[in-house]
Amino acid sequence: MPEQPHEPEGAIAATGMGGAMDLATSEGATLEKTPGGPQGTGPSEKPRSLWSDAWRDLRRNPVFIISALVILFLVVISLWPSLIASGNPLKCDLAKAQEGSQPGHPFGYDGQGCDVYTRTVYGARTSVTVGVCATLGVALLGSVLGGLAGFFGGFWDSVLSRITDVFFAIPVVLGGLVLLSVVTSNTVWPVIGFMVLLGWPQISRIARGSVITAKQNDYVQAARALGASNSRLLLRHITPNAVAPVIVVATIALGTYISLEATLSYLGVGLKPPTVSWGIDISAASAYIRNAPHMLLWPAGALALTVLAFIMLGDAVRDALDPKLR
Amino acid sequence: MRGATHAKWAACAAAVALAATACGGGDSDSGGGSADGGAVLSSSWGDPQNPLEPANTNEVQGGKVLDMIFRSLKKYDPETGEAEDMLAEKIETSDSQNFTITVKSGWTFSNGEKVTAKSFVDAWNYGASLKNNQKNAYFFGYIEGYDKTHPDDGSKQTAETLSGLKATGDNTFTVKLSQKFSTFPDTLGYPAYAPLPQAFFDDHAAWVAKPVGNGPYAIDSYTKGSQMALKKWDGYPGEDKAQNGGVTLKVYTDNNTAYTDLMAGNLDLVDDVPAAQLKNVKSDLGDRYINTPAGIIQTLAFPFYDSAWNKDGMEKVRTGLSRAINRDQITETIFQKTRTPATDWTSPVLGEEGGFKDGLCGDACEYDADAAKKLIEEGGGLPGGGIKITYNADTGSHKQWVDAVCNSINNALDNDKACVGNPVGTFADFRNQITDKKMSGPFRAGWQMDYPLIQNFLQPLYYTNASSNDGKWTNKDFDKLVDEANAETDTAKAVEKFQDAEEVLRDNMGAIPLWYQNGSAGYSERLSNVKLNPFSVPVYNEIKVS
Amino acid sequence: MGRYVARRLLQMIPVFIGATLLIFLMVNVMGDPIAGLCGDKQCDAATAAQLKKEFGLDKPVWQQYLTYMGNVFTGDFGTAFNGQKVTELMSTAFPVTIRLTVVAIVFEIVIGISLGVVTGLRRGRPVDTSVLLLTLVVISIPTFVTGLLLQLLLGVEWGWIKPSVSTDATFSELIVPGLVLASVSLAYVTRLTRTSIAENRRSDYVRTAVAKGLPRRRVITRHLLRNSLIPVVTFIGTDIGALMGGAIVTERIFNIHGVGYQLYQGILRQNTQTVVGFVTVLVLVFLVANLLVDLLYAVLDPRIRYA
Repeated sequence: MPEQPHEPEGAIAATGMGGAMDLATSEGATLEKTPGGPQGTGPSEKPRSLWSDAWRDLRRNPVFIISALVILFLVVISLWPSLIASGNPLKCDLAKAQEGSQPGHPFGYDGQGCDVYTRTVYGARTSVTVGVCATLGVALLGSVLGGLAGFFGGFWDSVLSRITDVFFAIPVVLGGLVLLSVVTSNTVWPVIGFMVLLGWPQISRIARGSVITAKQNDYVQAARALGASNSRLLLRHITPNAVAPVIVVATIALGTYISLEATLSYLGVGLKPPTVSWGIDISAASAYIRNAPHMLLWPAGALALTVLAFIMLGDAVRDALDPKLR
Repeated sequence: MRGATHAKWAACAAAVALAATACGGGDSDSGGGSADGGAVLSSSWGDPQNPLEPANTNEVQGGKVLDMIFRSLKKYDPETGEAEDMLAEKIETSDSQNFTITVKSGWTFSNGEKVTAKSFVDAWNYGASLKNNQKNAYFFGYIEGYDKTHPDDGSKQTAETLSGLKATGDNTFTVKLSQKFSTFPDTLGYPAYAPLPQAFFDDHAAWVAKPVGNGPYAIDSYTKGSQMALKKWDGYPGEDKAQNGGVTLKVYTDNNTAYTDLMAGNLDLVDDVPAAQLKNVKSDLGDRYINTPAGIIQTLAFPFYDSAWNKDGMEKVRTGLSRAINRDQITETIFQKTRTPATDWTSPVLGEEGGFKDGLCGDACEYDADAAKKLIEEGGGLPGGGIKITYNADTGSHKQWVDAVCNSINNALDNDKACVGNPVGTFADFRNQITDKKMSGPFRAGWQMDYPLIQNFLQPLYYTNASSNDGKWTNKDFDKLVDEANAETDTAKAVEKFQDAEEVLRDNMGAIPLWYQNGSAGYSERLSNVKLNPFSVPVYNEIKVS
Repeated sequence: MGRYVARRLLQMIPVFIGATLLIFLMVNVMGDPIAGLCGDKQCDAATAAQLKKEFGLDKPVWQQYLTYMGNVFTGDFGTAFNGQKVTELMSTAFPVTIRLTVVAIVFEIVIGISLGVVTGLRRGRPVDTSVLLLTLVVISIPTFVTGLLLQLLLGVEWGWIKPSVSTDATFSELIVPGLVLASVSLAYVTRLTRTSIAENRRSDYVRTAVAKGLPRRRVITRHLLRNSLIPVVTFIGTDIGALMGGAIVTERIFNIHGVGYQLYQGILRQNTQTVVGFVTVLVLVFLVANLLVDLLYAVLDPRIRYA
C-alpha cells in the first residue's frame, strides 16, 4: 500500500490535480472494505487520476470481488466465530485424541482430543489479525523507509541500508527470546510488533530497489525536468510503478507471519494457551503427520485460503495500478 | 556506460570470490560408513554439553560414554539395578562412617597404567576441588574435608585434598564421612567416582580431547560435534567384556532424524524414540523395540515460598489437583505407554526391596473428578482462581503433556480456565526462575536417579534446603525420618524409615507424582541382546552384532 | 565506482561494531546461563560462582564486551561451554551451510525464475493456476512437514537418498535439504518474477524488440528478463541471511550440523561467545551480499550508476 505524505501536497494543489488526488487517496484507503462504495461515480467530473482509475477497474474485476468476499467472510468469523461453530474450542477429551471425522465433528479431533472444526473457526481471529496487521505494519514501515532511501539516495540511504543490515543479522529465535520473553500480556500485539520490527528490513530493501529502478524512467526524468516536486514524483510517478514487488512480497509474507506466530509459540515466547490459532494447531499437528494428517489439513487449508484471497487481491490491485494494461 | 562496465566487473569478481569459498569446503565422497567389519554397531548420540570428565558429566549423553570407558568400584546390575562389586575387592566398615576400601589388583587403564588406590584418591580429590569446576562435586560432599576443598559459602578454598581420604597402600584406601551414611558403598557405582589415570593430570587437554579409562571400550577417535568411535579394548581385564567390535556414536541434531535413519538402515540403535513415532514403532520395527522402566520420575512441584501455596488447607488443594489428573489416559494417549502412572515418589527400578512401594500414594494419585472438585473446594479453591503450569519449551516435548494435564484438570473441575500451560523460552531461564523463587504455581520437576537407592529419590528432593528441593518444601517429621533412615545400618529397616518419610510427603502432597519414565530404544536387524539399564542407557557391551 | 565500493567497505566497520554490540547485549539480557549448564540438578553456589568467573560472566557487560572484541581482533572468538573453540565450531559449520545455501539459491534462481517467466507469460492459463496452488501449499504447510515427508518417501520408502546428511555434507547429499530450505523462498521468487515479467511485457522496449523481429527467446532473455530481475535479485540478496542463519528446521530434520543449528543451540544455552561469533560472520555475509546486489542493479539496469 502506498503511503501518502500529506504535508507537501499543498505545494502542488495549485496545479488543479491535487484535489482529485486527495479524493482518490481517501478512497484508496477504504477500497478493501467497501466494494462498490458510494464514491465510485464521484471523480468522473474531474480529470481522472491514476488512483480513481484503479478503483474503477477493481470494482469490475471478478477476481477482486471474490477475494474481497472471502476476506469479508474471514473477518466475520473472526469477529463472531460462534456464528458457524457452536462448540467450545477449549473443551477437549483426551479419550478422542486423533480420531477422524464423525457426525457433528466433520474435521475430527486433534492430538489433545479437541474438535478440529471448532478450533479452526476460532483460530481465525488470532491468525487473521496477526497476518493482516503484521503485513500492513511491515509493508507500511518498510516501503516508506525503503522508498525514501531509494529515492533520495546518498547519506540517508547508506544509514538506512546499514541499519537494515544490522536488523538482518538478528536471529529470529534470539530476538523472540529476548524481546518477547519480557512481555507478560497474552495478546497478539507484542507478537505483531515483534514481526514488524524484524520484518520491515526485507520490504524496505525490495521497495528501495524498485524505487531506484523506477526513478530512472524517462517519464520521471521528464517530470523532474518540468519541475515536479519530490512528493509529486514519488506519489504520481514512482509509487505506482514500484509498488508491485512490495504487494507480491507482502501477500506471501502474510502467510509466513501466520506460521511465524506458531514458531514463536513453539519457542515458548509467543501466544500462550488458552489462545487458539491456526499456527499453533498446524505446528502441533506436524508431529502427528504420519498418523493423523487430518489434523494438519484443516488449519493449513484455512491458512491457504487466506493467503490465496490476499494474493488474488494483491494481483487485482497491482493490475489496476498498471497503466500499461489500459 | 563506463560506470556500468566497471560495476559488472566488480560484481562478477565478488561473485567468484563467494563461489570460491563456497566450493572450497572440500567435497570428498562420503566415507563415514563403517557398517562392514561385522562387529561394529552405530548408535545415536547427542553432543555432551560438558567436557567428558567423570565428575563433570551430569547428563545422559556424556554418561553413555563414561559407562563404556570406565568401571568404578561398584557396578549396577543392568537388570536389577543392584550395586555389585566391580573393582572393589571389599568395602569394610564398622560404624557406617569410616570405610576401608580394597581395590582388586590386575586392573589397568587402556593406556597400560595400573589402577591403584591412588587412581581413586586422586580422581576424587580432583572432583571435590572447587578450582576444577566439576559439576558433580557435591557427590563428594559426604566425605570429611569437603567444606575445605569446596566451601559452599563462596569463601576461598583452603585445602587441595579431602582430609577424609587416604591411600593406605597400593590397593587400599580409607574414607571418612562427615556423618553416618550406611548405604554409601552402594553409591560408588556412579561415574563420578571413577578412577583416573595419571595421564589425566599430566596432560589434561590431550586427555579431554580423547579420554582414556579402564572400561571395556577405548576411544578410537573423537570428532567433537559429529561422532565418536569406540573400539573394544582387547586387554580389558573385567568379566563384562564387549560382545561386539566397537560402537560408533553419531551425533544427531534431532532424535526423529535418528529414528528415520534407523528405518532406512543407516543406523543400528536409537535409544530415544521420538514421542511422535511411538504409535508407529510396532509397524516400523516389529519386535525390535524395547520399553523398560528407568529410574526417572516426573512430578509437579509447588512454590512453597509463596504463601498462597503454603497456607493451611492447601494440602487439600494439592491433593485435589493430583486427583484431577487422569494419569492412565495421558500415559496411554500422549506417551503410548512409555510412561507408567506413578503411585509413589520413587521408581519401580528400585524393586520392592530397594524401597519401591506400588500404591503408596493410594487414593491421592487415583483419578476421581468429583473427589478432586470437592477437595479443592474444601481447601479454599485454586489460588487466584486458576493455575499455570510452568515448563521450559526448548527441550523435550513438555507442551503436549502439560496441555493434556491442564485439559484433564479443566474437565474434572468443569472450568475452562482452571489450568493453562505456561512455557518459558529456555531451560536456563526456567532454572533461574526456580532458583530465584519466582514461580507462582506448579511447575515441571523431574528426577533422574544418580544411583538406585530410595534415599536418592527422597533426600535431594524433599529434605529441607536440599540441593534439588526446587519447591522449598520443608517438613520436620520428614527430615527426622530421613536422618534416622541414614543412620540405620540395617538396609531393610532403613528402607522402611524412608517409606515412612514418603508417607509424610504424601499426606502433605509436597509434590504431585505424575509418572515413571521408561527408557525406549529401537534397533536394527543386525543387533540382538539389546537392553537398557536402569539409567536408560543401552548396555553396549552385551549387544551382539551379526 | 571504485570509490563507491571502498566507501561501502568502510561502512562495514560501524555496522560490524553495532551488530556485535547489539547481539552481545541481547544474549546478556537473557539472563544467567549457568543455571542451564547444571541441568535439572542445581549447581551449588560455589561451583556456579566459579563457572561464572571462568567464563568471565562475573564482570560488567561493557567490560565483557571490550574483552571479547579485543580477543576477536586477535582472531580469538572464545570458547563454547563444552570446551570447543568457537573458531573450530565455525570452521566446521560454515562450509556446510554455505554449500546448503548455494544449493538453495541455485534452486531459487533456476526453478523460481523459470516458473516465474512461464507463469508471467501465460497469466491465467492452467500452468499459472497450478503454480499458484503449489505456492499456497508451500506457504501453508510447514517446512517441517514437507521435509519430513520427503525424507520418509525418498529416504525410507524409495531409498533414493540417505535420510540424514553425513558429516561431509557433499553437494549431492544437500540437494533435497536445499530444495526444502528453498521452498518458501521459491514462492517469493516465482511470484516476483511473474509480476515483473507481466508488467514489463507491455513496455515499449519489449514491443520495439518484438516489432524489430527479434527471436522470441532473445526478447525474453535479453530484454524482458533482464529488466524484470531487479526485485528478484533484491529478494535473493536479503534471503541469503535467512537461508544461512535461519535454516534451523531444515538442518535439524536432515542432521546438518550447520550454522542455523549451532546458532540455535548457542542461543538456547545462552552461549554469548558462540552466538556473537556466528552472527558476526553472518553480518559480514549480509554486507557483502547487499553490496553485490547494489552492484548488480547497475549491471541489470545501465541507467543506474554509482559514483
